[in-house]
Amino acid sequence: MPSFKIETPSLSHLSHEDYINVYEPAEDSFLLLDALEDDLELLQQRRPVLCLEVGSGSGVVTTAIARTLGAEVFCLAIDINQAACSATNCTAKENGVKVDVINGDLVTPLRGVCAVDLLVFNPPYVPTPHCEVITSLEEPLTRAWAGGERGREVMDRLFPLLPEVLAPQGLFYMVAIENNDVPQIREVLSALGFQSHVVKQRRVRGEHLVVLRCQKHSDSLE
Amino acid sequence: MVFRCAVHNMKLLTHNMLTSKCMKGVTVGYPLGIVAKDIKVSETEFNSEFVSRIIPKLDWNALWKAADSIGHSGDLPQQLMEDYENNEEFLKKVHHVLLEVEIINGELVCPESGRKFPISQGIPNMLLNEDEL
Ligand SMILES: C[S@@+](CC[C@H](N)C(=O)[O-])C[C@H]1O[C@@H](n2cnc3c(N)ncnc32)[C@H](O)[C@@H]1O
Repeated sequence: MPSFKIETPSLSHLSHEDYINVYEPAEDSFLLLDALEDDLELLQQRRPVLCLEVGSGSGVVTTAIARTLGAEVFCLAIDINQAACSATNCTAKENGVKVDVINGDLVTPLRGVCAVDLLVFNPPYVPTPHCEVITSLEEPLTRAWAGGERGREVMDRLFPLLPEVLAPQGLFYMVAIENNDVPQIREVLSALGFQSHVVKQRRVRGEHLVVLRCQKHSDSLE
Repeated sequence: MVFRCAVHNMKLLTHNMLTSKCMKGVTVGYPLGIVAKDIKVSETEFNSEFVSRIIPKLDWNALWKAADSIGHSGDLPQQLMEDYENNEEFLKKVHHVLLEVEIINGELVCPESGRKFPISQGIPNMLLNEDEL
């Protein structure tokens, strides 16, 4: 039997000090990796060429994808936090893969030409007052988790951009928590032309984490 | 934060995807000009499958112009040829321009506003100030 496995990349080059400014991989990161691992057969069938991670942080997810999907994909990562961009760069390098990194806001620096075959996003999803979403540059880590009202402010800005970013057969994976109102997220996505399903969930220390997989309505799976 | 690893650089493939269209007053913002201070040409493994499948996602004209503007178009044809899938020689040239010509430091320039986006240590900074949105 072929083994469909995603290996967690080595992060030994990152230290406690780096995690002052960069989100340290946590349960949400690993749940996303687990969801991708469960879907690896599907991903390999789809043969993505262009992968994009928004909010790559330490780079753990992008690097894992790049390593698993190999030489037939090009991985791009975007993060609003400069320190996270360097960390992503470094994690990719340390694990022997190439990822191009852009310091930017969501997918706004990208041409909207429906080119992305695999998009992943572990967004800041924690409900917080609005002001915490737009924190000063001195507190880049706040931006890693502060999601504003219902934890939805950052992800809600990405959704309307999906139709011009995702390829016709593209897949989008996103982490959320129950408090983000997952059924309502699915309605928003549906209105934009995407079907979505909860493909993974886990309860960790009072957080009910889910991973949504989303694709165009016109795209039937398998 | 100082990282102990060598940097990874921006490829022309990434440049092909970038735009400044989100800036206030900018309509297309594409393609961005390149002012390259440090360029590195490295060798990477050629995968013909990858190259022929990424070509449909590219703006060919922008790719050629970008490569030409930094003096690395080599003998890449200005027009995308037909039936390139089986033309290994052609795909290798595309591979070189897309993945082997890397920008370490420099600037990307919005073609409409002239706004400069710095590239440092291989990472383009595309963040806009609040008054530019
Ligand atoms: C929860 S962390 C996830 C990090 C990493 N992907 C992981 O799974 O461990 C969220 C990341 O999104 C980034 N981020 C927040 N707002 C963003 C935005 N508007 N555009 C791009 N990245 C953003 C943060 O800097 C942070 O690195």
